[in-house]
Amino acid sequence: MDTLERIKQQIAENKVILYMKGNPTMPQCGFSSRAVQTLAACGTKFAHVDILANPDIRQVLPQYANWPTFPQLYVNGKLIGGCDIITELYQTGELQKILQEVA
Amino acid sequence: MQPQDIQKILASHLPDSQISVEGDDGQHFAAVIVSPAFRGKSRVEQQQMIYTALGSHITSGNIHALSLKTYTPEEYQQR
Repeated sequence: MDTLERIKQQIAENKVILYMKGNPTMPQCGFSSRAVQTLAACGTKFAHVDILANPDIRQVLPQYANWPTFPQLYVNGKLIGGCDIITELYQTGELQKILQEVA
Repeated sequence: MQPQDIQKILASHLPDSQISVEGDDGQHFAAVIVSPAFRGKSRVEQQQMIYTALGSHITSGNIHALSLKTYTPEEYQQR
């Protein structure tokens, strides 16, 4: 399966999935770390893909998503945002709503 | 890449918008964009419009880091 197909399958099979640097236990970047903490604060289970361990995904996903940076949070197949947007949506309570709808 | 280059590119894609771009090392920039074209769009969609406009400048690494704030005119007034 090529990289783009793998990405599409991951996003389709996981209602909440975070593409990040490192893993939730040991994030390798401050922005990824903040995204993990915010999702944890919402009490949501989420899948993750470590893009440092998957350089092909790191290369292909930004073009496919038209989004140049990581982390990237997808809920129900839709790009919700990176660290800034996740934080902003959490502060306004919208993130909790979005996540409750798929729980 | 200079802030005014980015400002010009964005202005050509987003008419009737207020665009301010800062950054003095040629690689890291911060932009604030107030545009009527953002009405009805999610935060992700608004920023994707910016990335589309800047296209190869982002993918080539000419712009290493771009911090974005996007507002509709109404949102900007309410700040």
